[in-house]
Amino acid sequence: MRKLINDPDEYVDEMLQGMVAAYPERTRRLEDTEILVRADAPIEGKVGVVSGGGSGHEPTHAGYLGPGMLDGAAAGEVFTSPTADQLSELLTACEGGAGVLAVVKNYEGDVMNFETAAEMAGMEREDLEVAQVVVDDDVAVEDSLYTSGRRGVCGTVFVHKVAGAAARRGDDLEEVQRVAQNVVENVGTMGMALTSCVTPAKGEPTFDLDEDEIELGIGIHGEPGTERIEAMSADRVAEHLTEAVLEDVDPAEGAEVATIVNGMGGTPLSELFMVNRRVQELLADRGFDTWNGRVGEYMTSLDMRGCSVTVLELDEETKELLAAPAETPALTVTD
Amino acid sequence: MVDSETEREALLAAISNVADRLTEEREYLTDLDSAIGDADHGANMDRGFEAALDRAESTDGDAAEMIKTVGTALVSAVGGASGPLYGGSIMSASAELEEGITPETTVAFAEAYLEKVRDRGDAPVGAKTMVDALVPAVHTYKKSIEADDLPPLEALRKAVDAAERGVEFTVPLRAKKGRASYLGWRSVGHQDPGATSTLLILEELLQTTEQYVDSEADGDSDARDATAPAEPAIDPDDAETENGDAVDGEGE
Repeated sequence: MRKLINDPDEYVDEMLQGMVAAYPERTRRLEDTEILVRADAPIEGKVGVVSGGGSGHEPTHAGYLGPGMLDGAAAGEVFTSPTADQLSELLTACEGGAGVLAVVKNYEGDVMNFETAAEMAGMEREDLEVAQVVVDDDVAVEDSLYTSGRRGVCGTVFVHKVAGAAARRGDDLEEVQRVAQNVVENVGTMGMALTSCVTPAKGEPTFDLDEDEIELGIGIHGEPGTERIEAMSADRVAEHLTEAVLEDVDPAEGAEVATIVNGMGGTPLSELFMVNRRVQELLADRGFDTWNGRVGEYMTSLDMRGCSVTVLELDEETKELLAAPAETPALTVTD
Repeated sequence: MVDSETEREALLAAISNVADRLTEEREYLTDLDSAIGDADHGANMDRGFEAALDRAESTDGDAAEMIKTVGTALVSAVGGASGPLYGGSIMSASAELEEGITPETTVAFAEAYLEKVRDRGDAPVGAKTMVDALVPAVHTYKKSIEADDLPPLEALRKAVDAAERGVEFTVPLRAKKGRASYLGWRSVGHQDPGATSTLLILEELLQTTEQYVDSEADGDSDARDATAPAEPAIDPDDAETENGDAVDGEGE
């Protein structure tokens, strides 16, 4: 499979160089790291909000750097957690005297490296306060005490937005963590794929699908889904995904919701809009009120064709924080 | 107590032996990981201990400092979950060696390491992880030293045997933690790569300890053979103890 790359080994480094070149006033790269921070980080007196994870999910995470969202983002190798020493630098670089909230997607590597990073940063600077939220919005994966648990996927974008807005308005670390955790508890996502993705190192699909098959319940790393079924129309896919998410999130009767119909990296926007059409019909039929419905690429899986549907049940506070201004390369909200 | 130069030499030899062994077994670990994981454990551990050796060689500090360096190097070079599990745990357990390397401090190190791994990975015994090799090894080592009053070299031998049984025990298990857990029942019948690398490390620590004990014995065989355990034996025996434990502690 052909890819538009130079050298698989330079994939992340060259991508980051290009990102900084695209947003030179807004972002800067910490020397000798794969970390991007807001150009003006750390912000004195503000809780720092940071995230990080494997690369291949762009615009996640560095695309959300900016006022009202993230202060810093660490990029690991493709689909691989950043290392703890880098994450430790990330925490330190984004600390402006009010502590740092780390938004972590629920993968063992990410969780453990962030925990170790907090310890390492604490050894260097005893006064550094770090809190974290772990996002596990993927409703496809069995959640059990005895397994690695649900994965963190597109719902993470809502967590970035809400935590970033709370930090910007001056909430303290505990409060920023609370509003972020509140999102984690009220959001669900389910994804599907028409094709696998192709990683730069491997150069071939991580799973094979026949022409007439689709994969449901996929993650964002090309791992196979929970179910393989016969290909179906955009409407049926939308119904499948939305039903699964609603069953899990279980919004109150007549609740307001925010939604994301997210492309996995290789899906035309036209198709995403088509899926969104049916998602919104279905939500309205159920008596839910979509306050804000986003369509686009927020959490991708390289070149995978497919989509995910995210539903967040809103309360007044969350709504207010989602509506607050944000100026980032990948997401802008204006008053 | 062994002088710090000998201690340092023994530690470096141990790290170097572990690094060599992981290079040798790189393909083996990768094959194990391909079956139930993402096929990078061999390369990651190999790269990690190369970096650890490199950094340890350029450290001037005492044993605790050297071991901490090993941990930090693994954290930054191994990646994935193994970085924090192996490296982060060594890093935080290294504080137990601040009083030098003795049977007591190495038992404390081994326990602190195990506790950190369990805490971080949240895996019980039987979840098909490195914990399945580590728990029997650490418990056996502690019991051999504290309850059975065995010499450290003997305790280490027993610990390696226990770890080996632990590794075999992972084969029929269904993975409940780690990447293999996503496979559910399909993970049954495969040996766990993390438990395996833990055993390889322990085997090299034992190997190194034996080398050092032998060389001590060669150089001072009279003292070793002829004396009653009490007084004159202190020198060589202590030497074994130091080296053996240093090695044991650090590698785990």
